[in-house]
Amino acid sequence: MLRVDSIKKSFDGFLAVNEANLVVKEGEVIAVIGPNGAGKTTLFNLIAGQLKPDTGRIIFKDEDIAGVPPYEICKKGISRSFQVVNIFSRLTVFENVQVAILSHQKKTFKLFSPTKGQVIQETSDILNNVGLTDKANSISGSLSHGDQKVLEIAIALGNRPELLILDEPTAGMSPEETSFTIDLINRLSAELGLTILFCEHDMELVFSIAHKIMVMQQGRSIIQAKPDQVRDNKEVQEAYLGDLV
Amino acid sequence: MQPYRYTERKVHALFRNIFNLKSSGPIVALFIILLILPPIIPRFYTYIIALMFVTGLLAMSLNMVVGHGGMFQFHHAAFYGVGAYTFALILTKTSLPMWVGFVAGPMVAAFVGLLIGWFCVRLSRLYFGMLQISLGSLIWAIVFRWYSLTGGDDGIHGIPMPSILSSLTSSYYFILIVLTICLGGMYLIFKSPFGTTLQAIRDNPQRCEAVGVNVRRHQLAAIVIATFFAGIAGILFVVLERSVFPDLLFWVLSLEIFIMCLLGGWFTFLGPMLGAAITMALRTFVGIYTEYWTLILGIILILLIFFLPEGVMGLITEKFKGQVTSYMQEQK
Repeated sequence: MLRVDSIKKSFDGFLAVNEANLVVKEGEVIAVIGPNGAGKTTLFNLIAGQLKPDTGRIIFKDEDIAGVPPYEICKKGISRSFQVVNIFSRLTVFENVQVAILSHQKKTFKLFSPTKGQVIQETSDILNNVGLTDKANSISGSLSHGDQKVLEIAIALGNRPELLILDEPTAGMSPEETSFTIDLINRLSAELGLTILFCEHDMELVFSIAHKIMVMQQGRSIIQAKPDQVRDNKEVQEAYLGDLV
Repeated sequence: MQPYRYTERKVHALFRNIFNLKSSGPIVALFIILLILPPIIPRFYTYIIALMFVTGLLAMSLNMVVGHGGMFQFHHAAFYGVGAYTFALILTKTSLPMWVGFVAGPMVAAFVGLLIGWFCVRLSRLYFGMLQISLGSLIWAIVFRWYSLTGGDDGIHGIPMPSILSSLTSSYYFILIVLTICLGGMYLIFKSPFGTTLQAIRDNPQRCEAVGVNVRRHQLAAIVIATFFAGIAGILFVVLERSVFPDLLFWVLSLEIFIMCLLGGWFTFLGPMLGAAITMALRTFVGIYTEYWTLILGIILILLIFFLPEGVMGLITEKFKGQVTSYMQEQK
């Protein structure tokens, strides 16, 4: 479904992503791990179009999407959440998700019919799914951090993506919120059949839900394999996992 | 039969969704008061209120891009002036019927908005504003210098109006009706999917792109719509004053209406209207006692930024919301 071919991205001479490779097949849950500054977020920004790669190819469904603007990539079926909470803070929770659905259904240029009557069912379904129904009418900026992170995922779901990219979905969450989010990701994969690509520092989470793991270090991708193989890999142990294993 | 009933239901649903009774009550009352005012109050006040309508409409149109769209539209008066001058020039320099002027004013303003906006949306925030000021000032300079066409700093005076708009009272009513229609249209847009998307862009353009919204295209559309309404305000000014002059597109006026938006409340719908009324009332009534009325406006602004960052209307809606929630809690 998605193939990243030796892409590179540098900022003022600093190589943030250097020869990174990644293969995502339909229906898989893939985790990207690596120490801070390994280039995980940059990789996601390159895939979702927030950044343009210097060289290399990003093939999504037989089409090179490297350098395509983010709104076009989103229309092709890739949707993402952000590491730092990135929501529409003055709108209600409901409207946050609604905007994504309106955009997906190409209704954002409708001028004279009230938003209140649009895509109600679709929005309610998603809020139900992520457990934010009772907060639907709160201004999203006033939510707790954990709820905002969940809303992050809900907005990304509004575009009915085929590939969902989650950048540290549980960062800053309490243990209960984390376990809820793990459960949510599992459900999205199992029930909706979404292909999910995520990065995370919580190793327990990574090894419990990822089908395959890709390890990055200093912008390079070291290995992409099943969790057991990654755990046993010498290079990974030296580079990253250390005494965790 | 079915389609008719369906449409009827749809219209009902539309009205229920848009105008809830609680909030529309005071507005209808205000509208009725404004309707019966002119015969009762002195001519001077009728004039001042009409001028508040015109300036309020201009501030409202600015707020569509600034408050709801989050763009630094620093020189919005330029489009107001373009609308007014287009109207005035068609009435005085051509023999075209008057309705052509009414149509052309907003259209030309919107077209200039499209031209300037096309460049501006390609720049980020502050640079957007800088380019706005320079291109808007360019239009001002053209109007100011092109003596043979625009009359330069003299402007154009004594623009003929049809007999139906000849008296102050009739132009008051004309302005009130056009204003009401415009506000209705603006409110529909504010509450529409486009309006919601625009507010989402204001809050977070990056995220909007990530959910598939072409941010620039929506921003440009908002600018075109807002400049269209600014053009209408320009026409109404001519209807009221029967003259145009370069001050209409001078940057000082842009700053004034910007302050009106801030004063009334950026993020509310009717805030700028209230801001315009407050500013003009201050100018009129405090201006009688001292020419330093702007000093008082300045002090009010400073207090506002510290204590009421959401503006006067923001405070009112917050209070109102608070009442509703406490009422609902009591009911439980």
